[in-house]
This record gives sequence, C-alpha cells and structure tokens, in this order.
Amino acid sequence: MDVFIQTLVSGILIGGIYALVGLGMTLIMGVMRIINLAHGQLMMVAMYITFVLYEYLNIDPYFSLLVSMPALFLLGVLIQKYLLNPLLRIESIIPQNQILMTVGVAMVLTEVMRFIFHSDYKSVKTPYSSAVLYISSIAFNFPMLIAFGIAMILTAGLFFFLLKTDTGKSVRATAQNKDAALLLGVNAEWITQLTYGLGAALAAAAGTLLLPIYYLYPDVGGPFTLKAFIITVLGGLGSTVGAIMGGLVLGVAESLGATYISMALKDAVGMVIFVLVLVFMPGGLKTLTKV
Amino acid sequence: MKPNHWSKIIIVLFLAIFPLIVPSDYYRHIFILALMWVVIGSSWNLLAGYTGQVSFGHAAFFGVGAYTAGLCVTKLHISAWWGMLLAGPVSMVVAFFIGCICFRLRGPYFNLATLAIAEILRLTAIVWRDLTEGMQGILIMRTFRNKTYYYYFALILAAACIYAIYRVIRSKWGYYFVAIREDQDAAESMGISSFRYKTFSLLISSFFTGLAGAFYMNYMGFIDPEVVFSLYFISIMAILVAIIGGAGTIWGPAVGAFIMVLLQETFRSSFFGLFPKWVSQAHVLVFGLLVIFVIRYMTNGIVGDWVKIQRLWSKNKEQPLASTGS
Repeated sequence: MDVFIQTLVSGILIGGIYALVGLGMTLIMGVMRIINLAHGQLMMVAMYITFVLYEYLNIDPYFSLLVSMPALFLLGVLIQKYLLNPLLRIESIIPQNQILMTVGVAMVLTEVMRFIFHSDYKSVKTPYSSAVLYISSIAFNFPMLIAFGIAMILTAGLFFFLLKTDTGKSVRATAQNKDAALLLGVNAEWITQLTYGLGAALAAAAGTLLLPIYYLYPDVGGPFTLKAFIITVLGGLGSTVGAIMGGLVLGVAESLGATYISMALKDAVGMVIFVLVLVFMPGGLKTLTKV
Repeated sequence: MKPNHWSKIIIVLFLAIFPLIVPSDYYRHIFILALMWVVIGSSWNLLAGYTGQVSFGHAAFFGVGAYTAGLCVTKLHISAWWGMLLAGPVSMVVAFFIGCICFRLRGPYFNLATLAIAEILRLTAIVWRDLTEGMQGILIMRTFRNKTYYYYFALILAAACIYAIYRVIRSKWGYYFVAIREDQDAAESMGISSFRYKTFSLLISSFFTGLAGAFYMNYMGFIDPEVVFSLYFISIMAILVAIIGGAGTIWGPAVGAFIMVLLQETFRSSFFGLFPKWVSQAHVLVFGLLVIFVIRYMTNGIVGDWVKIQRLWSKNKEQPLASTGS
C-alpha cells in the first residue's frame, strides 16, 4: 500500500510540472491551431540558461526563473513573428507547413546548444536537491514540492491573465474565432506572437523548475515535446483545464507504469494512453468536464 | 518539355553506369544510400504529397521492414534476402492496422498519431528482447563484399518505386488521392470512399518503405531500434527529402534524396576533410536551417518551384508562371 501511495505522490508531483509544459502547448494549439513540435526544445534552452546562471554566477535555479522566462518569451515572440506567421500567407501543397517549421526550429535549437555545450550530461546540484520531507512513511522530494508549488502559482496566474485581463480575453477570443476577433479590433498578429511567447515562457518555467531534480543534455527536449503533445491531446486540444488534468494523469500513469510494469516501458505508457485517447475519446478529458 | 526529357535520360544513363566509372567504394556507398532515400521519400510523398496525409511516422514501416529481414536470419535461419520478399507484405499488414487507427483522425491529430505509433514500435523493439535482441540490435553477414551489386539492387528498387508511383498517380486512383488531398469532404460527397483510398495509398507507401528497410538490413548488415525506428533520422528525414525536392511531384523526392544525402555526407566529412573537424558536428544544424529556409522560401521544393528558381536565375520577369508539376 505504501508503495502505491508513494508512486501516486511522486506521479502527482511530476504531473504538476508536466501540466506546466502542457499548458504552454495547449495555449499555442488553441490560438494558432498548430502543434508546436519545438516545445520541449524551448524548455531545453531555458534549462541551459538556468544552468549557465547557476554555474557561472551562482544564482539559485528558482531565482533564475526571472531570467529564463522573459528570455524564452522573447525567443518565442521572435520565432512566431519571423518564422511562423509569414507561412500563413504562403500557398503550399503540404498543409502542415507550420508544424514542419517547428520541427526545423527544434533541430536548430538542439544543435546550437550541442555546439555550445557539447553532448555531456550536466546537472545542477543545489544543497537541497536531495532533501526529503517525510509524512508518516511517504517521502516528498523537497525540490519537487517547491516545483509543484511554483507550477500551481504560475497556473493560477495564467488563469487570472486569461480570464480577467483585456489582453487575456483577446487571446481567448482569437482562439475561439480568429476572423471575428479581427473584426472586433483585436490585433490578431500580436496575439499570436504573445501566445507563442507565453507558451515558451511556461515551458521555460517547467525547465527551470525541473533542473535541480533532473539532468541536462541537448537531446532532452525531444521526450518532453512528445510528453507535451500527449498531455495536450489527453486534455483536449486547446483546453487549459484539460491540460492540467492531462499533465497530472500522465505523471501518475508514468509513475504507476514505472513501478508496476517496467522502467523501460515508462515512456510507452504515455504513448499507449495517447493512441487510446485519440481513438476512443478524441475530444480528450475536456469532454468530461464541459469547460 | 523536350530538353527536360533529354536531361532525364542523361541522368538515368549516368546512374546506370555510375559504379563502372567511379571505382571508389565510398562514393558508391553514398549513392546507394541516396537511392534508398529516393524510395523512402517517394513513398512518403505518395501518402503526403498526393493524398495529403502527412505522416510523421514512416520510420514504423522502415523499421518493420528492416526487422522482417533481420528476423529471417535470427529466427527463421534463412537468408536475409528472403526479407526482401516478406518485408513488403509484412509492412502492409502493419500499415493496415495503423491506418485503421490513424485514418479516423485528420490534420494535426493524424500527424501525431502516426508519430506516436512509430514511437510505440520503437519502444517495443527495445523492450521485446526475446524477439528483437533489444538494443543489442541484429548483426548479419553481408552477402557481397562488392558494393556494385548493392548499387544495382538499390537502383532497380528506386526505379521500380518511382515507376509504380508514377503509374498509380496517372491512374484513376491517383485522381482519387489528389481529390482527397484537396478536399476530403468534397471527395466523399462525390462518392470516393476516403478511408478506402487513403488506406490504398498508405499500403503502397508502406510496401516500398518496408522494402527499403529490408534493403537497409541486407546492405548495412546491422540494425538496432534507435537506428531504424529513429524519429529524426528516418521519419523527419523522409519528410525533408520529399519537401526539399518538392512534395506532390514525381521527381521531387528523388532530387531531394540526392541533395540531402550528399549534403549530409559533405558536412559529416567536414567538406571531405577540407574544413576543420568541428564542421562535421554541424550537419544536423545545417539540416535544421535548410528545413527553415525551404519551408519559408521554397514551399513547394526544388522541383515544385523550379519555374520560380529559373526566373530568379535568368532575371527574366516576363516569363509566364506555369503551373507546378513535372
């Protein structure tokens, strides 16, 4: 029983970070109707920024959120402005042009990082990296707890932004109907840039939060891109509430899979869930909640 | 189009006598790989460029084909060349099931489903050690030491693939495929069963990709799941090959395959040793930049945008813009 609860707890904790990754992806999906296959790679860039800040300036990973998030926001805005938006005006045979563009961006980001930092595994070892909190016999990894907490704060902040501010409402309006939003005076071009920037910033937050408990190498982005789209589809494309649930479900499912099936099949669990959801519940979890 | 015909004949003749005039095994190797990519790129192009179903998981068929050939040796104890006969049908069976799942979905959902299924197959191949030897991979003895045989084998395979796709595209099926690509709902309302024809397209595509996989096993003599089920180096590469050459054209993927393989090899060998060693690390970076450039400025690829490129060269703005396609 203890093993089961422990598995559940670590699944939920990592699920909080997954939710952050998924939220960014689902925002981009909702507004632009594209799948951002560079999402994990953006996260990887943020991880390297955090790593450099820690290694050379000795800045605590949690403080470097204040650097990595704005930096990735800017990078996201630039990618959207100069690489993705111009494609809307080009006629082509292959409809999924923008998705392919994000693949190109992903490759370039990975390789540039490999060029600078080489393929070595890196990690940030803070004094509290392996600190553990015990509640009866269940262990809570301390950095995981902090990461989960910050992830929840950021999620709440995002919801406040989307629901209460004018810009946030414009984002939702653009997601619902781009043409109508344009007619009502929403600067849709800027909104798409803002959304991609926000998505990138959320991915950056997830990366920075994950760094003290994870390790870092240039190819770390790929698996997270896959996870991000599993979460997005699991939650229902474009649904923010769905993405949070999707993140938690994936975290728990992976952790159960690792404990009870096999460590090697941990990643396959997500894929199988993904295909099952696509086939049996194409709307994702959001169809269950009607949000 | 007369001069165009001549240039094609010259190219085919050149390819036919290439191993006789170039004695270097290294260049033969590059051309064999390029011809293999012609097969993969062309079959991806049939499904995506003509039928509009952009697959991000062609590594699934390539890997299944390669493993079919490999398992012929390790489990059935027969020559891997029997794999060339079996790989096509086996890939088609796998493709049929994949189609049943994925063709219920459209657009981005379809892309992701194919990607996910290829990843599932990769992980399965890693974990199912009893069947596939897992990450150890399968090592077989190559039949010929002389690369010339493999070269002609690849050449015949590529020619057969392009000819078959050419015939399919010029048949009634080809028009159905294009109709589905342009507007699936309209095609349905005209009485074209989109599921059936998308499946046909996928079956043909997977057949040739599987053959390419079996050929890879025979030629390289070694496979492991990370190589033959690779997302970036098979699935994405197949897309790049077709897009750079020109999706939705017969010759596009062939042109793209040679460009990609030559480029990859040029960078991997640091411009054949002329440049310092670090250049060789940049070959994937150049790939990525090329993708961005091609999608941004040459969306229909080199063959598809040939007229545009010619106009750029001649600076003659008065030439009429002919419709694409060759």
